[in-house]
Amino acid sequence: MSHEITLNHYLVLGAVLFVCGVLCMATKRNAVGVLMGVELVLNGANVNFVALATYNPVFAIEGQVFALFTIVLAAAEAALALAIVLNFYNNHTSVDVDTAEELKG
Amino acid sequence: MVEFPPASAIFFWLVAGLTALCAVAVVVTQNIVRAAAWLLFTLAGTAGIYFLLGADFIGATQVIVYVGGVLVLVIFGVMLTAQGPFITMRASPAEWAISLLAGLLFLALLVVTLFAEPWPTNKPGENNPATSPATLVLGEAFLGVSDAVPPANLTGVPATVKDPLTGAPIVVPPVPRKAVSYLLPFEIVSVHLLVVLIGAAYLARAKRRRGAM
Repeated sequence: MSHEITLNHYLVLGAVLFVCGVLCMATKRNAVGVLMGVELVLNGANVNFVALATYNPVFAIEGQVFALFTIVLAAAEAALALAIVLNFYNNHTSVDVDTAEELKG
Repeated sequence: MVEFPPASAIFFWLVAGLTALCAVAVVVTQNIVRAAAWLLFTLAGTAGIYFLLGADFIGATQVIVYVGGVLVLVIFGVMLTAQGPFITMRASPAEWAISLLAGLLFLALLVVTLFAEPWPTNKPGENNPATSPATLVLGEAFLGVSDAVPPANLTGVPATVKDPLTGAPIVVPPVPRKAVSYLLPFEIVSVHLLVVLIGAAYLARAKRRRGAM
């Protein structure tokens, strides 16, 4: 058995983080919990970017640049989503996503 | 004779295992405060993975932005809304079973897809953190220095394809990639961040509830 850590090891780790994030978004009823799931998903994607940047010389810069963009956009998304959650909490005194059905068609 | 794994492999299994375990704990725990704590360890573990991959700047940014910024936001969100029933809200067992099944199937799909196709990679032993792009090169790419990202040929392109009519192999010429810079995306993302922060401040400002006076 080889002990070499290959690209696939990192990609599998990214897939595990991604699936955990999707499950977190699906099962949490607290809006902040859903937001945590989004962060996990973005982290899983970022692990893929950085792993490919290291293992593929053509994309050495691109992978890291895209990872930095993702981190910045994730921070912006978290700030905005939490503002919306706080606003929702002020109006409805609840953070249960099941009660947010005013926009339901 | 058991071959002892190299230190990099031991570190990878240690950090990756802990990161994955903490990510699972974020999903499984029912308490939102504990989920925030597990998320902290997951994000820190991901930063460790970046360091193992030789991406020091990304790892440092991950620690500063995620662990220092986003997580503080999340914890404040938890604290401001943590009242009685919202701390431990749980989904029904049926929803759990369906989500678990869907998640495992999804993971299996992703992993099978990963291993189905060989990815174009360096030869083993060439992944030297010392030769990975330094922060200087990254900064040059962001500032639009044109030789920061030199032209190269794309990998992953098949060397030959079969002619659909005759079946004879056709040699594919190498696909060149031009030198690029990321100055414009950098500016766009800065303005985007500014707009988002103004919007967030506007949305979250203190408002009197109607009729509450």
